[in-house]
Amino acid sequence: MSDDKPVPELDEFETRLKKAQGNSKAPRGLKAATNEPPKGLGLALRCGADLVAGIVVGAGIGYALDTFVFDTKPWLMVLFFFLGSAAGIMNVFRTVQGLDMAVGYKDPQKPDEKDSNF
Amino acid sequence: MSNNPLHQFEINTIVPIEIAGIDASFTNSAVAMVATVAVVSIFLIMGMGGRSLVPGRWQSMAELSYSFVADMVRDNVGNEGRKYFPIIFSLFMFILFGNFLGLLPYSFTFTSHVAVTFAMAMAVFIGVTLIGIARHGLHFFTFFVPGGVPAVMLPLLVPIEIISYLSRPVSLSIRLFANMTAGHTMMKVFAAFIIPLGFLGGWAPFAVDVALSGFEFLVAFLQAYVFAVLTCIYLNDSIHLH
Repeated sequence: MSDDKPVPELDEFETRLKKAQGNSKAPRGLKAATNEPPKGLGLALRCGADLVAGIVVGAGIGYALDTFVFDTKPWLMVLFFFLGSAAGIMNVFRTVQGLDMAVGYKDPQKPDEKDSNF
Repeated sequence: MSNNPLHQFEINTIVPIEIAGIDASFTNSAVAMVATVAVVSIFLIMGMGGRSLVPGRWQSMAELSYSFVADMVRDNVGNEGRKYFPIIFSLFMFILFGNFLGLLPYSFTFTSHVAVTFAMAMAVFIGVTLIGIARHGLHFFTFFVPGGVPAVMLPLLVPIEIISYLSRPVSLSIRLFANMTAGHTMMKVFAAFIIPLGFLGGWAPFAVDVALSGFEFLVAFLQAYVFAVLTCIYLNDSIHLH
């Protein structure tokens, strides 16, 4: 064993590592978590918060508009509550589909097709 | 110690500081955060101190946590995400160690306060939105127009999309805070039954608490992971805009 001269395998490994790191271009960053629906506990922990957040934000926006901008209590809050509920359900729907709450998600294959592409 | 299961979440002022009428005191929550930053720094700096080619146990753990987050960023954002790696790694380690240190008896879990989690979620949300606007300009706002939808539906769908987008920081913060608070409260509630039920009956809540402790470790990791992975996904959304 030669202890003083640099180990050739290590140099070779270094170049191979550099090359591998350079090559690892994930295809537009859509791999693991985004393409597959999350499973099990991770899914369970995310859905509840997603649903509630939509409703809370919707009702909150409605209440703020009612109170501080227009004097229309309670109508905007009612309207935005329903919009928020729709947003919350859409959040959950997208999480379950594996699109991860991708707002404005467009199908990469057929971007201009005129039907629902959820 | 009181038997109130929510007593553990109380904020106590340690060094009272007041800046221009705003209470900026150094509290037990701040102590927990400083301790977390110190432990993370010790873990990473001392762990990598040896820089040996064949890592020991400690260095392996430090390298493992690095490559775990690096892979997460690469898988979810791609190569453009590499420059945002430091913030995601910091967030992940801060939340992970905050959750784990909060599991120690008599310690304080700062992630169980919505003020803390919401501040972190808002930082992520504002940062990601600004990155999106900086990279795409006004084109960023086409984000809120779903594809393949008849024009008649747009007045209804665009507000829903905007609410859905605005609900991101809320769901991000509520998820972390609610899981930590609920888990810790539940452990305390079951623990309070152990002594009153006596030697015969006390085993049942004790067994539940043992199971819950293991579960809490899982949740502590999972929530840090979910927070980091969702940050990556939001970053991916605003960088690539679909």
